Amino acid sequence: MTTVAEAVAPRAQAGVATRVWRFVKRHALTVYALLAVGYLMLPIAVVILFSFNHPTGRFNYVWNTFTFDNWIHWNSILGIQSAVETSLEVATLATLVATALGTLIALALVRHHFVGRGATNLLVFLPLSTPEIVLGASLLTLFLNTTSVIQLGFWTIFIAHVMFIVSFVVITVKARLIGFDRHLEEAAMDLGANEVTTFRKITLPLLAPAMLAAALLGFALSIDDFVITYLNAGPTQTFPIFVWGIARVAVPPQVNVVASAIFLVAIAIGLGNVFWQYRSAKRTRGVA
Amino acid sequence: MGGFFHRHRGVTPYLLLAPGILWLGIFFLVPMGFLGYQSLQSGIFPDFRFTWEFSNFSTALTDYHQQLIRSFVYAGIATVACLLLAYPLAYWIAFRAGPWRNLFLLFIVAPFFVTYLVRTLAWLNILADQGPVVRVLRDVHILAPDGRLLATTFAVISGITYNFFPFMALPVYVSLEQIDPRLLEAAKDLYASSFQAFLRVTLPLSAPGIVAGTLITFIPAAGDFINAALLGTPNQQMIGNVIQAKFLESLDYPGAASLSFILMGTILVMLLVYARIVGTEKLTG
Repeated sequence: MTTVAEAVAPRAQAGVATRVWRFVKRHALTVYALLAVGYLMLPIAVVILFSFNHPTGRFNYVWNTFTFDNWIHWNSILGIQSAVETSLEVATLATLVATALGTLIALALVRHHFVGRGATNLLVFLPLSTPEIVLGASLLTLFLNTTSVIQLGFWTIFIAHVMFIVSFVVITVKARLIGFDRHLEEAAMDLGANEVTTFRKITLPLLAPAMLAAALLGFALSIDDFVITYLNAGPTQTFPIFVWGIARVAVPPQVNVVASAIFLVAIAIGLGNVFWQYRSAKRTRGVA
Repeated sequence: MGGFFHRHRGVTPYLLLAPGILWLGIFFLVPMGFLGYQSLQSGIFPDFRFTWEFSNFSTALTDYHQQLIRSFVYAGIATVACLLLAYPLAYWIAFRAGPWRNLFLLFIVAPFFVTYLVRTLAWLNILADQGPVVRVLRDVHILAPDGRLLATTFAVISGITYNFFPFMALPVYVSLEQIDPRLLEAAKDLYASSFQAFLRVTLPLSAPGIVAGTLITFIPAAGDFINAALLGTPNQQMIGNVIQAKFLESLDYPGAASLSFILMGTILVMLLVYARIVGTEKLTG
């Protein structure tokens, strides 16, 4: 008996030690994860916090007193409102066009075998692996050499944004199309629907979530872009260009207000999307 | 309409491709040609003439090799820092976060929702001379009493690291999340310690994510000029700052164009070397 107990005891001890070690290790990683998230959130918190600051002088670097004034009078800085409006207009138009163009490319790439498929893939991939400064610079040289056709301004920004968003749309929609059940379309065709009707009634609704995701990504990319836009904007100001200009003087808290507002809307959509995916996942599981 | 598509099946893919490919062709490929054309011109604004001026490239290299090297060094350090910081977080989300997974993924992408320039400016507040970070570092004598964080190489590299962190964390997470937990159980059954299992199973299986992450972090980081402009001084200028200033301030279009080509060419060469080292399959997924 004693020999058994003696034999068991060290193992039990080792078990406890291992468990303690595992406990520490597990929690060390959790603590690290929370710290890392804190690091990611810190500047965001600062942006939001300083949107409520009433700065003592011109510089909004040091916390003074809390105020809602910046939010109420967010457009009291000359040029900020028109810059925000331009950003929203460009983002909306560019996203619509890029989502349409990108979805069509994705359909062709996944659904069809054709000569030039590899080249198409490469052409879609290249803009993603080119630094923004080079994309912006090359487009600028095109516009500088064709000033008789087009002047730098709203439409050159629009053209640039569609160009760099298309590739992101293709990748997003392609990922969805690859895992797509073609039997549904075949069934519709067997029931006498032609290709256009099948596309409209079956393919498009099934693609809608991926297109929406791609459009949201495109909108976010467009509204945030500085480098390409700055090079191709001419005298037109988007919100990031406005911030760049005013950062050389002193950034007013109204800039933080606009950035916070954009952030809060995006986070709300993101949370909504997480919730929606969770619910539709539960629903499809219920059907199956 | 339906009949048309049916009779001309071979044309359909090209009809689908046409608008998007035309757009990319005219506004991505053609501009690359114009960039090349501009890079070989000579003269002073606004009278540039195409003269096969290859000396633009050698002049650009002798004048700005410092900024070019600095760009790749900064981007390299930031990429390694991103990997070291992001890997444990991605690992935790993939294996330990349970029902909180999607929420933490949202946390990772959250910085993207704040305008790039504004989130970089926020580091001005955090690292400010009168700010809490500098005060604490001065109190514990890590910084000299008059030492600062802003306008230093450290500030620029930290800014780049912060801004491109999600580019690293997401692909690493995706590759970790796809690992079959049974493989880790098998490793344990074969008497591997947790650490050995990580080293022999988890780490190799997450390699595609690491490769993808380093690429999509390094490439934009090397071309970045916002962090150097906002958080640094002229001593931290990167190649992006030079290109931008040449285009918009000194109006030296040929010089700017040749620098753009040098940047792109160097990245391409690095990409090929990297592909040789890690294998092409991992690179293209």
